[in-house]
Amino acid sequence: MSDRELTMSQALNEALHEEMERDAGVFVVGEDIAQLGGLFQVTTGLLERFGPRRVIDAPISEAAQAGAGVGAALVGCRPVIELQISDFVTLTMDQIVNHAAKWRYMSGGQVSVPMVLRSAVSSGIGMAAQHSQTLEAWFVHAPGLVVVMPSTPFDAKGLLKSAIREDNPVVFLEKRLLYSRLGNVPEGDYTVPIGVADVKRAGTDVTVVTYAHGVHLALQAARQLAREGIELEVVDVRTLRPLDLETILESVRKTGHLIVVTEGARTGSVASEIVARVVESAWDALRSPPARITAKDTPIPYATALERAVLPQVDDVVSAVHEIFQPTTMGDD
Amino acid sequence: MAASEAGVDTAELEDLLLRMWSIRAFELRALELFEEKLIRGSVHPYIGMEAIAVGACAALRPDDYITSTHRGHGHCIAKGLSLERMMAEIIGRTDGYCRGKGGSMHITAIEKGMLGADAIVAGSSAIAVGAAHGLRLKGSDAVVVCFFGDGASSQGILHEACNLGAVLQAPVVFVCENNEWAISTPVSAATLITDIADRAAGYGFPGVVCDGNDVLAMRDATAEAVARARAGNGPTLVEAKSYRITAHSAATKTDLRSEDELESWRQRDPIVRLAALLTNRGVDASRLDELEEAARADVATAVEFALASARPEPPEEIEDVYAPSTWNVDGRLA
Repeated sequence: MSDRELTMSQALNEALHEEMERDAGVFVVGEDIAQLGGLFQVTTGLLERFGPRRVIDAPISEAAQAGAGVGAALVGCRPVIELQISDFVTLTMDQIVNHAAKWRYMSGGQVSVPMVLRSAVSSGIGMAAQHSQTLEAWFVHAPGLVVVMPSTPFDAKGLLKSAIREDNPVVFLEKRLLYSRLGNVPEGDYTVPIGVADVKRAGTDVTVVTYAHGVHLALQAARQLAREGIELEVVDVRTLRPLDLETILESVRKTGHLIVVTEGARTGSVASEIVARVVESAWDALRSPPARITAKDTPIPYATALERAVLPQVDDVVSAVHEIFQPTTMGDD
Repeated sequence: MAASEAGVDTAELEDLLLRMWSIRAFELRALELFEEKLIRGSVHPYIGMEAIAVGACAALRPDDYITSTHRGHGHCIAKGLSLERMMAEIIGRTDGYCRGKGGSMHITAIEKGMLGADAIVAGSSAIAVGAAHGLRLKGSDAVVVCFFGDGASSQGILHEACNLGAVLQAPVVFVCENNEWAISTPVSAATLITDIADRAAGYGFPGVVCDGNDVLAMRDATAEAVARARAGNGPTLVEAKSYRITAHSAATKTDLRSEDELESWRQRDPIVRLAALLTNRGVDASRLDELEEAARADVATAVEFALASARPEPPEEIEDVYAPSTWNVDGRLA
């Protein structure tokens, strides 16, 4: 396998081409995905190659698109449903949570629902409150779902292939700001395993657990903090459910400090869940209180300075690390 | 009814009667089991509506599929599911279709083409469309029949599913079981139109009103719709006018319906009507009794089977949350 650089959307596009070639049961549905190749070019070239029965421009009916995905999966296909903007998952909740997530269990194991629901998290670019949310916590909360959020083109391609081959329903969220980001993507068929975290940066001093955009915030903070002699270990969980707690705990036992970075709103966030699990399992290893870096509990505002103030920034990670080693909030001096 | 009856032989009619009796006997027995506290939650009887499911499913091949609802026992029985495994399921035993983990409202029998009963009243309509499209992608000419009620016809997902099914020309048949009531809400309060079938025109496919208590009319209407779908001409909406003689569910017995209305529908009982047709053909009353008795006997056997089946025990509650995968070899919760 040779090295080359692709953007995340190119990497995702390759994954779709390869999986649709490999398995005639894979098909894609969404708005503007066929003729236009998708708003973010993730589905470019699929219509020409695989035809209109397998590459479907759907009417604006997100719930029916998701439900149709469930139905097709039940009869043995592997549908990939694209929701243009991830806030629209709200429109699919009944089909994903009451149907996709539960059909196997309610049937006593007779069926599975091998569908993928993929969508673009559009935060940080002034798309305002109904087009900027990061909602993975709702799906992490639903037993029966697999939830994946890649941070690099390499992971994105490998994880999307795994998600399509996965026999369980996968909610696959892509950060829109990362679509144009370049990264190494080897030639050839490869997959990235679901449920396995990746240490994106080894370090000895603080464990930063994160995913998607948070990985890049953490890596930037790490570069800054390295100049101060503080080495962060950045653990990219990649899959939110099932969570690779083992890799996280191994890191926390080494560093003794935990920061979790997610872009979803603070209360009930995936960060909260990760902190809870680490505290339950490695209380004795922690030498400072775990910190969550999340969006504030507000809708996402439109104006630039306000949006910036709501969403996690590199400075927030840096401050949290400083707080560990030079705490300002506990005791005097 | 006379026209559609002409070419049907007596044995076939007797079979249809037996199937309707199987449903009725099953539902009556289920209501008793509920009173005996062997069924938890509730059951939603199909009594009075038997001709819809039996007629519709008589137009299907074994490899065709159906989706169903909380009021789904009739669909299951008409599709050929085992009474024994259904009964075991509704009393929560391991020999039930779903190992006792689904219950009455979620009976699934994939090998019989029963995609699963859905307690979200119109929730399966998009599933039916997707399954139909998927079957075609796999090179099959099987069709999917989607059952839902008059109450369900107001849910948004149904609108989306009908429209999506139309533009995809999916091989699906939507069967609206209009029994005039959604618990305490009469259909006249839920919609301004009289015939829900009229909505089909809004999606660009045919809508047909059918006497849901005439099993042969149901079979004929469904057969026509199935043929359309199989030929690649897309969906049809068949509206079956019918009535449930019992209250909404075993657990919700309060009934706002008038005795006059109930009586008028008892006069149009689908089983009585088919029996009358058979009598007119010279079939003896004793033969009709035989069919009823056979159904009751089958149900009694099913109850015996169910009661003899084991109750599921922990850790079964954590099994089959997931299908086995690279990260999960036993399908347990993650």
